[in-house]
Amino acid sequence: MKDEITRDERVANLKGMGCSRKRVEDSRFTQGKGNYVDDIKLPGMLHGDFVRSPYAHARVKSINIDAAMALPGVVAVLTAKDLEPLNLHWMPTLAGDKQMVLADGKVLFQGQEVAFVVANDRYIAADAVELVEVDYEELEVIVDPFKSLQSDVVLREDMVAEDGSVPNGAHGPRKHPNHIFTWEAGEEEATNQVIDNAEVVATEEMYYHRTHPCPLETCGSVASMDKVNGKLTLWGTFQAPHVVRTVASLLSGIEEHNIRVVSPDIGGGFGNKVGVYPGYVCSIVASIVTGVPVKWVEDRMENLMSTAFARDYWMKGKISATKDGKITGLHCHVTADHGAFDACADPTKFPAGFMNICTGSYDIPVAYLGVDGVYTNKAPGGVSYRCSFRVTEAVYFIERMIEVLAIELNMDPAELRSINFIKKEQFPYTAALGWEYDSGDYQTAWDKALVAVDYKGLREEQAQRVEDFKAGKTRKVMGIGLSFFTEIVGAGPVKNCDILGMGMFDSCEIRIHPTGSAVARLGTISQGQGHATTFAQILATEIGLSAESITIEEGDTDTAPYGLGTYGSRSTPVAGAAAAMAGRKIRAKAQMIAAYLLEVHDNDVEFDVDRFVVKGSPEQFKTMKEVAYAAYNQAIPGLEPGLEAVSYYDPPNMTYPFGAYVCVMDIDVDTGVPEIRRFYALDDCGTRINPMVIDGQIHGGLTEALAVALGQEIAYDDMGNVKTGTLMDFFLPTAWEVPNYETDFTVTPSPHHPIGAKGVGESPHVGGVPCFSNAVQDAFRPFGNRHTNMPHDHWRIWQTANDLGMHD
Amino acid sequence: MIPAAFEYYRPTDMAGVIALLQEHGDDARVIAGGHSLIPMMKLRMAEVPHLIDLQAIDGLNGIAISDGTITIGAMVTQHEIINSAEMEATAPIMKEAALQIADPQVRYMGTVGGNVANGDPGNDMPGLMQCLNAQFHLVGPDGDRVVDARDFYEAAYMTDREDEEVLTAVSFTAPAGGFAYEKQKRKIGDYATAAAAVQISKEGGKVSAASIAMTNLSDTPVWSEDAGAALVGTACDEAAVKAAVTAMLDDIDPTEDNRGPVAFKRHAASIVLGRAIARAWSRA
Ligand SMILES: Cc1cc2nc3c(=O)[nH]c(=O)nc-3n(C[C@H](O)[C@H](O)[C@H](O)COP(=O)(O)OP(=O)(O)OC[C@H]3O[C@@H](n4cnc5c(N)ncnc54)[C@H](O)[C@@H]3O)c2cc1C
Repeated sequence: MKDEITRDERVANLKGMGCSRKRVEDSRFTQGKGNYVDDIKLPGMLHGDFVRSPYAHARVKSINIDAAMALPGVVAVLTAKDLEPLNLHWMPTLAGDKQMVLADGKVLFQGQEVAFVVANDRYIAADAVELVEVDYEELEVIVDPFKSLQSDVVLREDMVAEDGSVPNGAHGPRKHPNHIFTWEAGEEEATNQVIDNAEVVATEEMYYHRTHPCPLETCGSVASMDKVNGKLTLWGTFQAPHVVRTVASLLSGIEEHNIRVVSPDIGGGFGNKVGVYPGYVCSIVASIVTGVPVKWVEDRMENLMSTAFARDYWMKGKISATKDGKITGLHCHVTADHGAFDACADPTKFPAGFMNICTGSYDIPVAYLGVDGVYTNKAPGGVSYRCSFRVTEAVYFIERMIEVLAIELNMDPAELRSINFIKKEQFPYTAALGWEYDSGDYQTAWDKALVAVDYKGLREEQAQRVEDFKAGKTRKVMGIGLSFFTEIVGAGPVKNCDILGMGMFDSCEIRIHPTGSAVARLGTISQGQGHATTFAQILATEIGLSAESITIEEGDTDTAPYGLGTYGSRSTPVAGAAAAMAGRKIRAKAQMIAAYLLEVHDNDVEFDVDRFVVKGSPEQFKTMKEVAYAAYNQAIPGLEPGLEAVSYYDPPNMTYPFGAYVCVMDIDVDTGVPEIRRFYALDDCGTRINPMVIDGQIHGGLTEALAVALGQEIAYDDMGNVKTGTLMDFFLPTAWEVPNYETDFTVTPSPHHPIGAKGVGESPHVGGVPCFSNAVQDAFRPFGNRHTNMPHDHWRIWQTANDLGMHD
Repeated sequence: MIPAAFEYYRPTDMAGVIALLQEHGDDARVIAGGHSLIPMMKLRMAEVPHLIDLQAIDGLNGIAISDGTITIGAMVTQHEIINSAEMEATAPIMKEAALQIADPQVRYMGTVGGNVANGDPGNDMPGLMQCLNAQFHLVGPDGDRVVDARDFYEAAYMTDREDEEVLTAVSFTAPAGGFAYEKQKRKIGDYATAAAAVQISKEGGKVSAASIAMTNLSDTPVWSEDAGAALVGTACDEAAVKAAVTAMLDDIDPTEDNRGPVAFKRHAASIVLGRAIARAWSRA
């Protein structure tokens, strides 16, 4: 048979890896055809709503539900007393702590769940919430973690023994009733010795403020207990549906095969939807109690006030170097404010996530990290908002320390980075705090970035601007923000990464249909990342069927293979690898089928784009489509019918994407208003599956970075009241605030990943936050600024200028 | 953010509106564009058992310009202000200000009447109306009356309007000279950190008249008579602007909130006013 189209055309038809294929999910999202949790409407469904605490710390003396129950349409009002017999008034957190589902004797943060009202209408539920009478006795509020560690006020009475002693927590000894854990990495003594004897030392304290992932869709669930067949179905905003099924089974005692968890379309997660929330538990209990489906969907304020926050790290650093700028040691101590319950979503053995990646992209011989987790009267959480576990904190820390060291050395910060990069030939590189970086070529990326923005020219322009400012010719200063980041993503190897005991592998199962199309199911779940588009591209290249003929399904635990879900940029590094490996299994069997059809030995055929050809005679071939058909209609000696494969992938290592970012900013010192003139982002995420999707991820991640750096925060007053509970005060940038991003790339494939891909969804956030912040700080460096804390909103920028005497 | 239950009315004449307001007193409110009222109801900060929609009432729409007087019906939206060529020709400050209110979605719904009647110190139209020395036309059980914008605001959400009165229109004399509406805000869709409305008339190279009003820097809009007076007779030079700013600072009384501490707000107010004066003067 003669081929009518060229090989290039065959490659193009596949829409495989490297192709900027349009996102297949978008036709549904842009036409209002998405199916989110709140779109689920079941016959007879009831609605739940929470009575929440107005106080940050109070004893709950009594709860009177009579008036609420008397309201027509109210079906039930659950309190801790109702959950206690089921042992569900508390629930385990992902961090080895436990959390109240409903207030058990006291409340520990504003917005805490106190009672769950169930009514046959959403409006009645909200009305009934107002009718529940709760008698509180206010207690002293602690919002400062340093004060918390000194205070006599015990926040978590359940964490203190009867004799007043402080038992060990999930991560070892605790120093104080309000202390959660101490976690250490590296060698403190050796580090101190180096720093004490160093030629140059820079120290700095910085606060990475509390913020929130704020996905556009808030959290929610619909639970439906079918009492006849004993099956519980739970739809919800879950970034890890399989883990939710396991937890639901352990908590409820319902056998796991009788629980089906479904994550439908999810409107953004960014870490906010990894954990388990009281609303999920209450909707399940309410459905079990009432025998009908129960929906719970929180509103925006509830999402911002009570579901998982991010950051809230007080970081203290010391960095030492030679006079020439060669870094010799790094010391970091973190006081981590975890709020009322330790509900961080980190792998079990990492209570401060991968904060120990804080040596960054630099060859630092010795380092130490100590983290103390502390309870306060704030909402629980501590999730990784668009970053791998605590990596934004780590990268912010080192990228600020580098800038501060540059000031100490009176050196250009770009040059200081160059001097200290881990060199290409040093990979795989084992960092002082233990991680083995798989690959990198930092200097090449850095040079490319500096050339692209004409770094030298920018510095000259900045110097001129400083002169003009001093001469009274302008009131705008200019900042050049630099950041070079190394991410650590793709958690992770089962030997050291687990969540609630579940190893952090991931999975893919493929079924090829007789007519040459396919369905593949994975253990991850897209929240907007475009998995249905990109995973199909991986498979298209691996198995030789067009991406257009491959359906990707995720999120239904009854059909998808077990996996640990989507967060920490792990989908492509782990599930993407599983997809490639499963694809290769398909190909191996297909090769045998093709050889049989072509009447040659297995080893005499080879795979080529979309077909198997007889080696040396390319006109003799069988396409993958033909092979698929044969798998179902031919009796092939020695082979089972069908064409399916499954792979569970345990990654041998993390992947280490990196990038070089530059931001140019002009700042009006009188109003504190920053204007971003330019933002250049070079990302190296290894093999690039879909450049357009990568760009989309980068635009989104940078925008969230801009938000965090320039204004987005969850702020509390001294009484523990949330001051930023609506989108009027919680900054979500719009198209108006967002600059035009210039994206660029280098490609350093991961040596251990089947297709060399590293993950990209979080890099721009991780690298972006320090870049925006450094731009602000750099603008004031010539006037004496060393460090100011984020968020750099107008008044804080103005304050910096004011403190530097620039308004005099 | 689920509002409490309410009764919805859509009367077709003003008498019907007033009758309902009289019947339900404090428990009733009119709704125009709903973009201040509905959020308050959803937050349950406003409880309105009886909600009276003004959409079907004749005579509250349209912009009329005659004999140098501009009359804007209470139900005219901010979007209509922006898109009225006549308005732009006779009172260009209206468009400049309206473009800085909220975002396009809000401006399609939000009305001039709602904006000035609301009494929120963050609203931009009240200060603007004081700058323009506008009159507010009210109708109630006892008939019509007219109140000066400069006399209308008593405290946050407290105005001279009686509960049974409806605002039907605002009117003002077409302003002369140069204008500027300058607003600092944290982001699109935000209320002002500080905003200034300025109109300046010029004769023989000197300021012949000036009117200055500030927004979100007190619990009411602030028309600063002294700030305007400080410019009159000057060539709007640095000293004059400084005097105007100093006078304005005496009249405002900002409080600390998420937009920043008092010192910052006072500084921002002076910068915003300085820029507004410069722009207005350059157009005078
Ligand atoms: C996200 C967002 C951002 C915003 N930003 C700004 C901003 O930057 N600047 C700004 O000025 N505004 C802003 N607004 C408010 C917006 O302009 C409102 O639309 C406006 O304040 C009120 O107009 P309305 O027609 O929506 O009034 P409604 O919300 O319907 O009513 C507001 C109040 O006025 C009363 N009322 C309305 N009409 C009359 C009448 N004819 N007679 C008597 N009483 C009446 C109502 O009873 C109610 O108490 C914002 C709103 C939102 C949602």
